[in-house]
This record gives sequence, structure tokens and C-alpha cells, in this order.
Amino acid sequence: MTVALVVKLLFIVLVTMGAFLPLITWVERKQSAVMQDRIGANRADLAGITLLGLLHPAADVLKLLSKEDVVPTGANRVLHLLAPVLALVPANAILAVIPFGGIYDFAGTQLNLVVADIDWGILYVFALGSIATYGSVIAGWASNNNFGLLGSMRASAQMISYEVTMGLSIVGLFMVYGTLHLPEMALLQDHGFRLFGFLVHFGVLHALPHWLDLVRLPAWGIFLQPLGFLLFLTCIMAENKRPPFDTPEADSELVAGYHMEYSGMRFGLFYTAEFLEVPVIGMVVTTLFLGGWAIPWLSQGTIIHAITPIFGVGVATGLCMILHVTSFLLKVVFMIWLQMALRWTLPRFRYDQVMDLGWKMILPLSLANVFVTAGVILFLERS
Amino acid sequence: MSASVPVVMFYALGLLAVLGSLGVVFNVRNTVAGALSLVGAMVSLAGIYVLLDAFFIGAVQVLVYAGAIMVLFLFVVMLLNLRGGNFGPPRRRAGGVFALLVGLAALWWGLDLLPGAFFGTGAVLPADFGGYRQVGALLFTDYVLAFEVASLLLLAAMVGAVILAKRDIGDAE
Amino acid sequence: MSVVPLTHVIGLSMILFVIGALGALLRRNMIVVLMSIEVMLNAVNLALVAFSRHWADAAGQMMVIVVIVVAASEVAVGLGIVLSLFRNRESLDVEDVSLLRW
Repeated sequence: MTVALVVKLLFIVLVTMGAFLPLITWVERKQSAVMQDRIGANRADLAGITLLGLLHPAADVLKLLSKEDVVPTGANRVLHLLAPVLALVPANAILAVIPFGGIYDFAGTQLNLVVADIDWGILYVFALGSIATYGSVIAGWASNNNFGLLGSMRASAQMISYEVTMGLSIVGLFMVYGTLHLPEMALLQDHGFRLFGFLVHFGVLHALPHWLDLVRLPAWGIFLQPLGFLLFLTCIMAENKRPPFDTPEADSELVAGYHMEYSGMRFGLFYTAEFLEVPVIGMVVTTLFLGGWAIPWLSQGTIIHAITPIFGVGVATGLCMILHVTSFLLKVVFMIWLQMALRWTLPRFRYDQVMDLGWKMILPLSLANVFVTAGVILFLERS
Repeated sequence: MSASVPVVMFYALGLLAVLGSLGVVFNVRNTVAGALSLVGAMVSLAGIYVLLDAFFIGAVQVLVYAGAIMVLFLFVVMLLNLRGGNFGPPRRRAGGVFALLVGLAALWWGLDLLPGAFFGTGAVLPADFGGYRQVGALLFTDYVLAFEVASLLLLAAMVGAVILAKRDIGDAE
Repeated sequence: MSVVPLTHVIGLSMILFVIGALGALLRRNMIVVLMSIEVMLNAVNLALVAFSRHWADAAGQMMVIVVIVVAASEVAVGLGIVLSLFRNRESLDVEDVSLLRW
């Protein structure tokens, strides 16, 4: 039991922080370079081998570690030290409830590939998102600096506004899947549904012809709640202050906003928090909307039944586990690419545009989504 | 009462909650530090709720109370940008009330030491107690009036807050 | 079986309530008074959760949600009032708004 927990924790640490973080620093530079038709950073080298710029994350870390930790005069030293910690810890802790794979039976023992199997997993994610607000809020105040304070005012207002809409845009998804339990939600997305089944439910046809019955989509959140997906993606990017919603750190207006007075590894913690939120956003959106670890059209039972005649049940389950984890990581990589593409395509929103978008457009749309979803579920269950 | 991990955690979290509340009340110089110690107290209380099998309430406490209401407090404190706390000598009439209430608390605590104390350790719980389904089912069936009135209250508070904090058009900045 | 006797949880709730009441009565900074009221509301929530656990009745937890809703609305309106008062008088002292006292 404990061995499994340690292995899962090591997997998270090694894959997410060991592999994803440096990768994202590199992807940030290279993808933006490719999108902007230039080469990007490729000078960091180790004895002459440049490796396409993959050594830049290591160079970044060395640079940050060797810089002096400056605390401005008149600043509150305790709060100045606390703020980066409050920004980084929630981003890390959300990883505890994300299911990397399903539940696998290995000769009697069950292996559930999630570190903390909480029944109210999504609430835990939102609660930690609320705590992450404090990092930005305190950082500006503790810096004894006008621009920092302005950045942290903007950050706090933006983050609490988008927490509300983030919760509301997901309510439709909760109604469809009927659970807040993240592993169960991923398991429910392992099935398929007939795309033209609504014709039978609404009484247009008595039964589907065979060729229409074969058109099935995986029961992923993005197909069952397309509007919810768009709204949630917008809200979670705004909540984590990802560009184009990065008015709190607006480089052209506020000279880096709330983390202006941070240097050295304190800034490194903010930097890590901001870049760790990219795969965390990817993992949360994947689990909720893109089917988590599920492979489309091939449910877990199908895969195990297909491989068992060749290799036996144990090896089949292990192979299925590896396939599922790989599909999860591939989907997360796609989400990372999507966020980077959105960053370098859209210009930064103005602050009042960000607030208008949250309260005047996304909130009514998510409420409408809830009502329409409720109506559809009621109709489908009554017939 | 054994010294198992949940028991030790309850007393530790209780101590943190008390220290956090004391930090709010007896903090003279720095209002922001007071607000942050209140956040710490609320998170400790959320931990106690989880220990008492109220999982949904613990999550809601962190999400709403510690995550939104206290951010609002911090926002207002930073907006008004006042670093001062107390403005004069404290009023003295609270001394008697204080003594009375502390006495009540000590009496209540001491009741547990009597033989045959009338508060034991609680009933056996049904499964899924404190989960969101039970509380949500109650909110939408038996106590739906409370739910509707609470939502009207929130609407009134939203309108009130917007009107109170709005500047008139034409005010000098 | 619960982990601690109910008396101890209620004792903690009473201590927190006393601390909050002290803050609401003694302090002269309006925002600290509002925060002390929040401490009192939290103490009440703790008592509600403890009793809900003791009697295995989820209605206590439902009441906690309503109390949290009330606290949120009260904080929103209260801070709006504090902002308006600050704009008018440039002071956060409760002794400056004692015009109705005889």
C-alpha cells in the first residue's frame, strides 16, 4: 500500500516536475519562436553541444540560484518570503487528485493510479485555486511598491472573479456525469455514445438504422458539454493569469506587476509556479473534458480482452496501464501546446475587458449552459 | 482517548485556530498580518471540519471563506492602505463580559471530567455522511426554502455592495 | 466513533467565540471589528458541525452552508459601508461614527 503511494508520488515528481517543467520552459521559447518565424534560444551549451536549446531551463535555474535575494527597504520581510510559497504550493498540491490512469486488477490487488482518492476531488482543486490567490495578493503588498500593489490589486480582483465563473461553467459537467469524483469521471468517459441517438429519444425514428448506429463518439466532456469546455478553458486560463489574461503582470504597463521586487530564487518560485500551472491546467482540463486517461473508442475492457490471448492477463493489464498513462500524457501535451498557441496568438486584454468578459459574458453563458443541460437531461430521462 | 494521529491533529489544529484568532484581535500595528492570521485560523478550522467527517463543509470553508471572503478583506485593507490598527485606549466595559464567558468555557470543559459525562463521542455514522450528496439533497428537498432565501440574500447583498461602493458620476477623484 | 469528545469541540468553539466577541467589543478599527465577527461566525459553524456529527444529522451541515452564505453577504455589504465611511471621514475609527450615541 505504502509502496504504491511512494511510486505514484515519485511518478508525479519525476514526470511533472522533472520532465514537464523544463520542457515547458523550452516549449515556451521554441514554440513562440516557430510561431513568430525566428529561431529562438539555442545558445546554452554543454561543452559545445547545444541540443536545440534544451539546456536553457538548466541555465535558467543556475542563473536564478546564483542571484542575490533582494528584499526592498520598508518591505515586510515575512510576507515577502511567504508570498512565493503560497503561489507555488497550491499548483503542486492539485496534482494529488488527478488520475493518471484507471483502476487495474493485478492478481487480486487493485492499483488506482491517483495519489489521493477523494470523493469531492473537484472541490479540492477549486479550494486550492482559491488559496493560490494569496500568493499574488501578498506579493504586491509586501513589496512596498506602487506598481506592485497595483498589479496585486488587479490580480486579486481578476482571480476571484474567475473563480466564480470557473465553478459555474463546470456545473453542467457535474450534472451530466453525476459525480465530483475525478477517477470516476475519467472512468465514465471511457464509454461511447451514439451520435444520432437523440433521434430515437425525440421520437423521430423508432430505431436507428445500422449504419447510423455505428457512428459513436467517446463520451468525453468536450462532446457532451462543448460550451462548458470553452468557458472553463477561458476561466482557468484567466484564473492562473496565463496570457492573454496577464494584466496583473502586464510587462508593458506595470513592469512585471506584483513580482517586480523579487529576484533570485524567490522569483524562481514565482516563475516555477507560473510554468507549473500550465501542465496542471492541462491535466485538469484533460481529466474533465478530454477523457482523462481513456483511449477513444477502445475501452479498458476491450484492450485487455484483445491482448490477453497473446500475453496473458497480468501482462495485458500492465500494457493497458502503460497505454492509458501514455494517452493521458499525450493529451496533456496537446493542452500545453494549445495554451502556448493561445498565448502567442492573442494580444493581452485590457483590464476592463477582462472583467467584462468574466462577469458580463461568461457568467450568463454558464448559467444558460446549466439550464439547457438540465432541460436536456430531464427530457432524456423522461423519455 | 488514545493519542492517535487524528486526536493529536485536532488539538494541534485547534491551537492554530485559537492563535490565529488571537492574532486578529490583539494585533495592533499590522492589519494585513491580522487578516492573514485569520486565514490561517480558517484553514485550521477547515481541517477540524474534515476530522469531524464534514468533508463538503471543509472544502466549502476553504473555497468560500478562506479563499474569497478573506481575499475581499485583504483587498479592502490594501485599497485603504492604512497600516495602523488601534487608535486609542481600549474600551473597558468588555472586561466583565470576558471574565463571564471564559468562566462559561471553563465550566463546559470541566463538565467532561465529571463521572458519567453526558456528552460521549458520538453516534455511528451512516455511509457517505458529510458528502456533498447528502447536504445537497437536504438543501434541495427539505430545506429548499432556506436555499431560496439565501440566494435572495446574496442578490440583495450584491446589489447593496455595488451601490455602496460606487462613486457618483462627477465626483472628484 | 468520533475522534474527540464533543465537550472539547464545543469548548474550542466557545473559546473562539469569546475571542471574537472580545475583538468586536474592544477594537476601534472597523475592519478588525468585521474580522472579529467572522471569527464568531466560524465558532458557531464549528459548534454546528460538531453537533451534526454527534447526532449523525446532516441538517447541521446544511445550516453551516446557510451561515457561510450569510457571512459572505454581510462581509460584502459591511465592507461597502466601511469604504463609504472612509471616503467621507478619512478614518476607520468606530469612535468617529458614534453620532447616534447620547
